[in-house]
Amino acid sequence: MSPRLYRTLKISAEIAVPILLLVAWQLYTLARDDPKFPTPTTIVAEFQDLFLFSQFDTHVVPSLERIFVGFAIAVVIGVALGIPLGLSRIGRSAAMPHIEYWRAIPPPALLPISIILLHSIGNTQKISFIAFFCIFPVLLNTIDGVRGIEPTLIDTARSYRIPTHERIRRIVFPAALPQIFAGMRTSLALAVIVMVLSEYFSSTDGVGYVLLISKNTFEFKPMWAAILLIGILGYLLNALFLLVERHVLAWHRGWRAATPQ
Amino acid sequence: MSAVVPILSVLAALGLWELISRTETISQRDLPAMSTTVQALWSMVQTAAFWIAFGQTVRGWAIGLGLAAAIAIPVGIALGSSDFAASAFRVPIEFLRPIPSAALIPLLFLTLGTTLKSEIFLATFGAFWPLLVQTMYGVRDVDPIAIDTARSFRLGRFERLYRVTLPSALPYIFTGIRISSTVALILAFTAELFMGTPGLGHQMNYLESFGLNDQIYALALATGFLGVAIHFAVSALERYVLRWHPSQRKGATT
Repeated sequence: MSPRLYRTLKISAEIAVPILLLVAWQLYTLARDDPKFPTPTTIVAEFQDLFLFSQFDTHVVPSLERIFVGFAIAVVIGVALGIPLGLSRIGRSAAMPHIEYWRAIPPPALLPISIILLHSIGNTQKISFIAFFCIFPVLLNTIDGVRGIEPTLIDTARSYRIPTHERIRRIVFPAALPQIFAGMRTSLALAVIVMVLSEYFSSTDGVGYVLLISKNTFEFKPMWAAILLIGILGYLLNALFLLVERHVLAWHRGWRAATPQ
Repeated sequence: MSAVVPILSVLAALGLWELISRTETISQRDLPAMSTTVQALWSMVQTAAFWIAFGQTVRGWAIGLGLAAAIAIPVGIALGSSDFAASAFRVPIEFLRPIPSAALIPLLFLTLGTTLKSEIFLATFGAFWPLLVQTMYGVRDVDPIAIDTARSFRLGRFERLYRVTLPSALPYIFTGIRISSTVALILAFTAELFMGTPGLGHQMNYLESFGLNDQIYALALATGFLGVAIHFAVSALERYVLRWHPSQRKGATT
C-alpha cells in the first residue's frame, strides 16, 4: 500500500467511525423503542429546547459561574501556598501529611459536612466545595515545579543580591509555570465533576439540578440532554484551557524548541 | 528526626480543631470537637455494620478497578500499537473521556437500580479512561530500536508484546492504575451516597438524614483513611512491580 493511500484511508476512518457509531446508536435506540434510551436525534432536539438558549440562564450560567469562581480561588490558593512550600523543606514536611490526607479522601464524603459547616446549599457551599478539591492538583504541581528549578538559577539570582520577592516573581514563578498549568488542567476537569456532584446532591439551579429533577420525575429526555451538556462542557473547557495554555506558555515552547535536548 | 515535623504538624492541626470547636468559634453542633469525633469513630469501628459497609465499598472499588484494567489494558495495547486503529477511534475517545461519570448516576439509578451492578458500572467507566490513555501512550512510547532488535531476532508477535512492549509500557500503565484507583474509590463511594447501594456512602446518607453530625464526621474521617490506605497500597505495589525500572531505584532523580 502506498503511504498516500494509507493516509487517505486513515483520515476516512477517523471521520467514518464516529459517524458509524452515531448511526448505530440511532438505529439501535429506534429499534429498541425504549423511553429510557431515546434516540440521539430526540436528545439533540431536547438539548436545543433546554439549553439553546431559552433556559440557558437558569440551567447553565449558575454552573459555569460556580466552576469558574471555584477554580479561580483554587488556583490562587494553590499557587500562593505551593511556592513557599516548594522553597522550604521544613514547610513541605509539615504540610505533606495534610495534603496527602485531603487529596485521598473521596470528595462526596465531604458533601454533607460542607452543608453542615456552611449552612448553605447555595453558591457559598458549591464554590467552597469546588475550590477546596481543586486546590490539590494545583498545589502539588506548583510544589513539584518549584522544586524542579535548576539550582544554579536560584544561586545566580542570590549572588546578584536580587531580593526574595523579585526572585520569586522573575525566576521561581515563571520556571514553575508549565507545571502549574499542568495542575490547573487537572483541576479544571475536576471542577466539572465536583460541580455536578454538589449540584446533584442538593441545589436549586444548575445542570446538576436538571439531572436531579429529571431523576425524581422519571424524565429521560432532559436527563440525556443534561449528560450531553456536561460532556460538551468538559470537552470545551479543556479545549479552551489548552488554547490559553499555548498562548501563555508560548515563550516556554519557543525556548524548548531552540534548545537542543 | 525527619518524622518530628510531620508529627508535630498533625498534632497541631488536631489541637487546633479541638480548640475551634471547644471555644465555639464554630459551634460544636456544626463542628464536633476532635475528641468527640475520634470517640465516635472508635465506637463505630467496634460495630460489625461499619466493617460490612467498609468491605462493600472496598469490593466495589476492587471489582471496578479490576474490570477497568482487564478491558482498558488490552484495548490500550491494541490502539497504541496500531496507528490506524488509534486514529479511527480518536474522536469517540476524545469525546467520551471528559464526560464526568457523575453525570451517569441518575441514568444508572433508573436503569440498573440500586444494585452492585450500578456501582461497578460507574466505577469501571470512570477508571477505564485514565488507564486506556496511559496504556496507549506507553505502548506508543516503546523504543522503536528495541522492537526492531526483537524483530531481527525473529521474536514472534506475542513474544515481542510480552518481552518488549509490555515491560516498557508498564510504568505508564502503573501511572494509569494509580489515577484509576483513586477514581474508582470516588465513584464507588459516590454510587453508594447517591444511589443507595450498600457501603460507606450509603451509611453516610443514612447518618445525614438523621442529622447525626458526630458520626458523619467520624465516617468522613474513616473514608479519608481508606483513601490514604489505597493510595499507599497501590504505590507500594508499583514500587514492587517496577523495582527493576530506573525511576524506582534508589537515588533516582525523576
